[in-house]
Amino acid sequence: MKFAIKVLPKPEVLDTQGRTVAETFTRHGFDVKSCQVGRYIVLDVEGQNPEEARANATAMIKKGLYNPLIENFEMEEIK
Amino acid sequence: MSRVGVLRFPGTNCDRDIWKSLELKGKNPQWIWFEETFSPQEFEAFVVPGGFSYGDYLRSGALAALSPAMESLKEADKLGKPIFGICNGFQILCEAGLLPGALMRNEGGRFIDQWVDLKLENLCPAWSPLEKGQVHSMPMAHADGRFFISEAGLEELKKNNQIWLTYENNPNGSVANIAGVMNKKGNVVGMMPHPDRALFDWMGSRDGLRFFDYKAVQA
Repeated sequence: MKFAIKVLPKPEVLDTQGRTVAETFTRHGFDVKSCQVGRYIVLDVEGQNPEEARANATAMIKKGLYNPLIENFEMEEIK
Repeated sequence: MSRVGVLRFPGTNCDRDIWKSLELKGKNPQWIWFEETFSPQEFEAFVVPGGFSYGDYLRSGALAALSPAMESLKEADKLGKPIFGICNGFQILCEAGLLPGALMRNEGGRFIDQWVDLKLENLCPAWSPLEKGQVHSMPMAHADGRFFISEAGLEELKKNNQIWLTYENNPNGSVANIAGVMNKKGNVVGMMPHPDRALFDWMGSRDGLRFFDYKAVQA
């Protein structure tokens, strides 16, 4: 089963990459209020059933794919 | 015996500097390869050197933190063994959960390589017989060195005297000027600047040499 995981810096954490992207596009005349840059991870995970596959993917996220101190994540099943 | 384990990961590049630093203090450094577990009882202390483990993939230190040698290092922590992480080593110890906080991209977005003055805020029981309030001069060289911790986490650090070192002129935007922290027990410490690059007068300062001493525990 495939899962897509979005990892973004927490809103209260200074995201230097997002800030730089926003500043650069602002210089090019775009009206950018803010920008966050994160990661998009696609996992293909084995499991006896969908629940187990989902549990495996979640376990990987919690083991280190994201850092709970500075990042949030969202996961969805994809084809 | 004074055997000190020096951990090496793919991309570690300050390992020989650490080896030399420990030798200058009369210690007996030993390499520990990241793919191997080890028995913590065979060493008095451990140093995790700087570098760019795994090319900083995912997050600085994140993949190194998941290696077999780190499992053994966690056992060493349980025995109260002194553990010291420098630069990327500090990032690895934070990612492994052995130290609080996270190291993020410098506030200015750039790699900064310059001399910094560090003030010792609190004595660490395990590492280095330094004096409170003492200032140490040494180079820093990193892009991901902005120490971050939540407000509640910072309060906790203050309450438990876990702030080890602070920058005199915070070059990277670290929370509360923090350059180095220790764990609650006081046996694990980490810092972003490089004491291993300030060992002799010809290097510009020998302040760093003071950092390579520790109090061995029986275990």
